[in-house]
Amino acid sequence: MKKKNSILLFVIGLIASLLVACSAADNAANADDQQDTDAEAEETNSESEDSSTDDGDTIPVGILHSLSGTMAISETSVRDAELLAIEEINENGGVLGKELEPVVEDGASDWPTFAEKASKLLEQDEVATIFGGWTSASRKAMLPVVEENNGLLWYPVQYEGMEDSPNIFYTGAAPNQQIVPAVDWLLENRGTDFFLLGSDYVFPRTANAAIKAQLEDGEGNLVGEEYTPLEHTDYNTVIAKIKGEEPDVIFNTLNGDSNVAFFKQLDDAGITSDDVTVLSVSVAEQEIQGIGADVTEGHLTSWNYYQTTDTPENEDFVSNYQEEYGEDRVTDDPIEAGYFGVYLWAQAVEEAGTTDVDEVKEAAKGLEFDAPGGKVKIDGDNQHVYKTVRIGEIQEDGLIDELWNSDEPVKPDPYLETYDWASELAESLSDVE
Amino acid sequence: MNEILLTLFNGISLGSILLLVALGLAITFGLMNVINMAHGELIMIGAYVTYVVQNIFVNYVPEQYFDIYFIVAIPVALVVAAGVGMLLESSLIRFLYHRPLDSLLATWGVGLMLQQLARTIFGAPNVGVSSPSFLDGGLTIGSLLLPYSRLFILGLAVVCLAGIYIYFYRTANGRRVRAVMQNRQMAECLGVSTRKVDVITFAIGSGFAGVAGCALTLLGSIGPTVGTAYIIDAFMVVVVGGVGALFGAVAGAFGIGFFNTVFEYATNASIGKVLIFLLIIAFLQWRPSGFVSSRTRSLD
Repeated sequence: MKKKNSILLFVIGLIASLLVACSAADNAANADDQQDTDAEAEETNSESEDSSTDDGDTIPVGILHSLSGTMAISETSVRDAELLAIEEINENGGVLGKELEPVVEDGASDWPTFAEKASKLLEQDEVATIFGGWTSASRKAMLPVVEENNGLLWYPVQYEGMEDSPNIFYTGAAPNQQIVPAVDWLLENRGTDFFLLGSDYVFPRTANAAIKAQLEDGEGNLVGEEYTPLEHTDYNTVIAKIKGEEPDVIFNTLNGDSNVAFFKQLDDAGITSDDVTVLSVSVAEQEIQGIGADVTEGHLTSWNYYQTTDTPENEDFVSNYQEEYGEDRVTDDPIEAGYFGVYLWAQAVEEAGTTDVDEVKEAAKGLEFDAPGGKVKIDGDNQHVYKTVRIGEIQEDGLIDELWNSDEPVKPDPYLETYDWASELAESLSDVE
Repeated sequence: MNEILLTLFNGISLGSILLLVALGLAITFGLMNVINMAHGELIMIGAYVTYVVQNIFVNYVPEQYFDIYFIVAIPVALVVAAGVGMLLESSLIRFLYHRPLDSLLATWGVGLMLQQLARTIFGAPNVGVSSPSFLDGGLTIGSLLLPYSRLFILGLAVVCLAGIYIYFYRTANGRRVRAVMQNRQMAECLGVSTRKVDVITFAIGSGFAGVAGCALTLLGSIGPTVGTAYIIDAFMVVVVGGVGALFGAVAGAFGIGFFNTVFEYATNASIGKVLIFLLIIAFLQWRPSGFVSSRTRSLD
């Protein structure tokens, strides 16, 4: 009897822990309900106030990011930037003379939730477009939904490439605008022995497959490759392996909170940027605030924009953003990409004269915009954008100083078609799809 | 040789973290048989207390004393988490002592509420604390570098364990707790206030969850869901160690910590986790009641 009891308790415990994992989705559902009532309240307000104008005097746009869970650290500030852009556009007369009305949903760091919320936004709220997503897994979850509904998604984060959905605009970097130049630069300036470390999901694995092909082609040398589950927090063992292999460079594609644990424990283990260069592609100013500048100082990042980027547009953007959300807030690449994505869409809608998805897509081809990070231009063929590549070094104050840039916006090449070493890779990865 | 020693140290270090996380649960679940799903959130409370103490020190205490904040935070976290535990026990759990399924669902609900509360107070993005400077760097033995923060956690686990041992096995209060857990009616007949014992015991278990949360801030960031990452491990440790046996938890923690590190070193983090779960399942087939099977009437 006693034994049975304890086994029963154990089983109950296990079931319960699974339930905990589902709780995130429940939270999201609550937020959803609340959102509905908010939206309804707003609707009734606007109806009563502006009853003289035609109905449909606002254009609903969806914003879908993780506002809870492990990705919230990164995604909430992108949402803020998108809301800022919407507010600015509304202050300047809106789009087609109509106000934009944001409908905010929580993806809760849970990929099926992203698909669910995307279909809710498109089918129920009938939004003109969605701005959202961060992890590739969330994008892959939303992709079939937006394609099925012929909706639009503006995805603001650098990713692994090998994709060009007709219903998605990619305002983050394609691999040839971030990873490929970073590897080239590291090979030239920091050494040839690479250790690849990433979270265990689609972006790091695909990105690392490309890096391995590139290293093989160049004079690079792969000394180790490790993946850890999302939310992994104990990096002692990985660090022990790093110590054993003594790489020149750690190419870091960890995502979310794991970065905090990794950098803290790397620093605890007495490994500094003098011993090995860590180049991260998912760590920007926002994440550094959470990790702590003291343990990341001297390590590198590769992005298309930094808060310190010197353009007149950026000066305004940073001051507006900090005025809206607080002096202690920082801006970074995905924040900027989320921000200018809203402007590009608004510009395309103005050009098309309608929010109809097909016509907006047509109008968006070749559109240019002076973004805070410099001029961006939509590539008509693959719906990515031309962006300037910038490699930077993390400073004591948590901001990033640029070490190198590509001088001009680089044409996006999501399938790495212009690189010989990537030909087989692109084939094999597209097959997997 | 070096790598073997480092792996051994990493295993012990992971074991000490697991032990800290599971110690409170070994009391609330192990001794009292309450399936406390809010244990992870009590850990979270401890972590946020550390964060708050740090901020108070940044704002109100001269800079040269900043490092002391961590030493101050440990007892504060203990007291705050114990207070929350006491409130939880007297308002909810005492009605559910003989209904394990209900207490599971109720405490899980409480856990969600606490998570949302933390989200409301501190915001959804995670926060971090900067480790005190005396925990920077590490101890060099030969070519081996043992981070001070890890050694500190190991030491903290040992101190907590010693404290719990002394309380439960060397004081009159502890003897009363054990008496109540072994035979409630008999203890009542002998004049022990079982209500008082229940409240105090649950508060102690919760308090040590708070201390664990304090220690976890040295390893990573603090968020509303920081506890959920550890709750499965904590239950594992208690079950493997043997429900009802405090010192089984020690064996469970170091056993899981050591094998997890070895498996992860030999393969990778994902596979390592799979292997450790397989090992635990196999182990529980062999010894269903864990390392130390306690033969008390309370479990019948």
